[in-house]
Amino acid sequence: MEAGIVSWGVYLPYWRLDRRVIGEAFGTAAGRGRRAVASYDEDSTSMGVEAGRRALGVPGSPPPETLYFSTPAPAYLDKTNATTVHAGLGLAPDCGAYDLCGSVRSSWATMQLGALAGAEAPSLAVLADLRTGLPGSQDETQGGDGAVAFSFGPTGGVTELLGRASTTDEFLERWRVPGETGSRQWEDRFGEEALIPLARAAFDRALEQAGVSADDVDHLIVSGLHARTVASLRTTLGVAADRVAPDHGAQVGNLGAAQGGLALADVLERATAGQVVAMVEVADGADAVVLRTTEALAPAQAARVDAGIRPVADLVGDGRSDLSYAIFLSWRGMLHREPPRRPDPERPDAPASRRSEGWKFGFNASRCQVCGFLHLPPTRICLSCQSVDQMVPERMADVRGTVATYTVDRLAFSLSPPMVGAVIDFDGGGRYRGEMTDVDPDAVSVGTRVEMTFRRLYTAEGVHNYFWKARPLTEGTGDGAADAGAAKEK
Amino acid sequence: MTSSGIRDRVAIVGMGCTPFGELWDQGTNDLLTDAAVECVASAGVGIDAIDAFWLGTLGSGSSGITLSKPLKIGYKPVTRVENFCATGSEAFRNACYAVASGAYELVMAIGVEKLKDSGYSGLTGIHRVGDGTNAQISSPAAFSFLVPAYCHKYGVDPEEMGSVLNRIAWKNHRNGAVNPRAQYRKEVSLEKIAASPRVAGQLGVFDCSGVSDGSAAALICRAEDAHRYTDSPLYVKGLSLIAGPAAGAIDPDYDYTSFEEVVRSAADAYQQAGVDDPRSQLAMAEVHDCFTPTELVLMEDLGFADRGTAWKEVMAGTFDRDGELPVNPDGGLKSFGHPIGATGLRMLFECWLQLRRQAPPERQIATVTEGGRTLGLTHNLGGAPGECVSFVGVVGTEPSD
Repeated sequence: MEAGIVSWGVYLPYWRLDRRVIGEAFGTAAGRGRRAVASYDEDSTSMGVEAGRRALGVPGSPPPETLYFSTPAPAYLDKTNATTVHAGLGLAPDCGAYDLCGSVRSSWATMQLGALAGAEAPSLAVLADLRTGLPGSQDETQGGDGAVAFSFGPTGGVTELLGRASTTDEFLERWRVPGETGSRQWEDRFGEEALIPLARAAFDRALEQAGVSADDVDHLIVSGLHARTVASLRTTLGVAADRVAPDHGAQVGNLGAAQGGLALADVLERATAGQVVAMVEVADGADAVVLRTTEALAPAQAARVDAGIRPVADLVGDGRSDLSYAIFLSWRGMLHREPPRRPDPERPDAPASRRSEGWKFGFNASRCQVCGFLHLPPTRICLSCQSVDQMVPERMADVRGTVATYTVDRLAFSLSPPMVGAVIDFDGGGRYRGEMTDVDPDAVSVGTRVEMTFRRLYTAEGVHNYFWKARPLTEGTGDGAADAGAAKEK
Repeated sequence: MTSSGIRDRVAIVGMGCTPFGELWDQGTNDLLTDAAVECVASAGVGIDAIDAFWLGTLGSGSSGITLSKPLKIGYKPVTRVENFCATGSEAFRNACYAVASGAYELVMAIGVEKLKDSGYSGLTGIHRVGDGTNAQISSPAAFSFLVPAYCHKYGVDPEEMGSVLNRIAWKNHRNGAVNPRAQYRKEVSLEKIAASPRVAGQLGVFDCSGVSDGSAAALICRAEDAHRYTDSPLYVKGLSLIAGPAAGAIDPDYDYTSFEEVVRSAADAYQQAGVDDPRSQLAMAEVHDCFTPTELVLMEDLGFADRGTAWKEVMAGTFDRDGELPVNPDGGLKSFGHPIGATGLRMLFECWLQLRRQAPPERQIATVTEGGRTLGLTHNLGGAPGECVSFVGVVGTEPSD
């Protein structure tokens, strides 16, 4: 018994790299379009938090009791990354949090585990990827960064499972030794010849199990990093071209582990009740699933619209494309930039980070129960009325704010100078002084509206320093987790 | 807060101050030695005459041994003091209280900082990073928050504001140009100041104080004993130090155009000293011009100008060396740099020279020689807007009736 999808969230980073700039740098043709680029302060974990916020912020989305996180680009090994996602989402302690990291195919298992666990109690599956490769490689040009999250639950599912099948074979098509920055691939045609029959077999068996034919499929999603195979399958599985979901590769690139999820989210935003959705993913074999949308889909779509959550079809067109190739390379660690003449940042202390988990990861302020004053960071004694230990935590991650004053700091250490610092006054009270991100320094002013976003400030001595930053709201777009959170409060 | 103060109960009877600068050839021990030796010599005593010591340093050493070891002080009390950028003033304040209490007869307050061995630009933090959530905003950036906020509140055009800040830098460099102890001893044109590369927000290189090494010291005794050491002592009129609750960083009511800690420490020190109109009563003020907008806001917080008008007063030359109230006649942090532990005492050293008419004629202020004013103010600020410590001290050449 598998649960249906209850809600979904998509996070695409602010930055896009225009493929032309890669071509210009090397004097070659790098193709058209753009790829999504995680900023210097993002990784698979931070993007996972952002996607999770967007899934859980939807009205009616239940808090998960199990969290699965999958990425081929984990921020940590040995240490569980899902615990950071769990903390960033402000989830309750009595919730399991597990990683499925390493291979791209783990993402499929993550969705399947989420669906299985969701039959018992709400669960969340988070898929994130940060596709990179050596400068000038196909992976660098065609890849993309982003994350998706799907919430499953015993009730309220917008999908039901009709059939599922998988095939597996051992062959060397794409691989990477731990520590290497780029993946290696065998000849394209070898992978294509190995993968296509496996995909067909999985697809056919899933249809058979579902008791439907290819003609019955209203939405076909084909994903995978092997571009030739995917392109071929899209036209040869017997589903009409106008029923094949777009891959958004031209706008954001191939998100790898999150690519199928991105397309599925898009389909769920466009589908109507009772439609058949088939998904095929190729990676070291193939997986296929056939779903049918339920009557719960239309209300779920309406709730998202009411909450101001923008559909994938719009999100993929967002983003800022004036990123230079040199800056991109420096973010990816491929180009070492002269640091400021300032001390290197220090690694955060583990005990201090644990003591302040609610603040550091959950962005919880403390509100005085006596007078109502809100403190960021939390304190025990109230600034306003001096009451002692009368505080209750209050999550501020989804509260929007306004810039009270700001600065462009060209002296401070930053992985991508200059740092933009700002004093943020939150709607409904509370002030916080911190960093801004995803921001054009020339476009900030007193009064700029912002939302909070979970980021990796820096890494020192192998410790990733995660915390929250403010970023400008795009006027009128309503993009972002804050919208969803704000809607949920209503 | 009740503070009765120690008006005219103690006096400064000797001072020393090293040249400030990038002193590659001098270490902390050399700086302490030079300042202490000059200080005791000016009072005609030896170091052995001193009963107790207060050493101010932010990070150039820990414990009293930092001083007792190089000075070879024979088994006497040495208290090491730290209070951010007010460290030097804090050493002085506590030394004064020790004498006023009757515990000691003759004490030294000495401050030092050796910054130029680190190899970094600007000041660097000294504390553990903790949970890593404190924004690593640099000092110039934290103070640059004042600029858009001030412009916004008082409707000052950012370009006009630029001219105001440039003029503050120009004035302080002009003062430092004729001071042999200053780190920078050149006048800098307004054009050059305006064209300097941006550091943070609207602040350019010339809006920031330098980074330097230095040391300064003061010898303090009971007022009634002062003439045993000098014919012209400086009496301590008022001392106030306020550590704020860091309200501005968390309270949306704070608007980044004032330092509440400064307002309160000034009111306290003025009350102790019997000052009710600082602009007309003070002969001079040495204020914490770590960055040019700091000096601008301080003019209002210290009561030298009405709210929202300091920018006009700056342009009118009110605070020039030959103006109505000379501010930073020695060149300020702008010309001296800011060796943290030494700065507060360096400011006092300028009062020591000016109020006692011992500054060279080319820079002796007329508010003393012609105006007959006898009071000087020193001010330190440690931290950042919204979250700071502030010291205000008033000294004078005449004991009260």
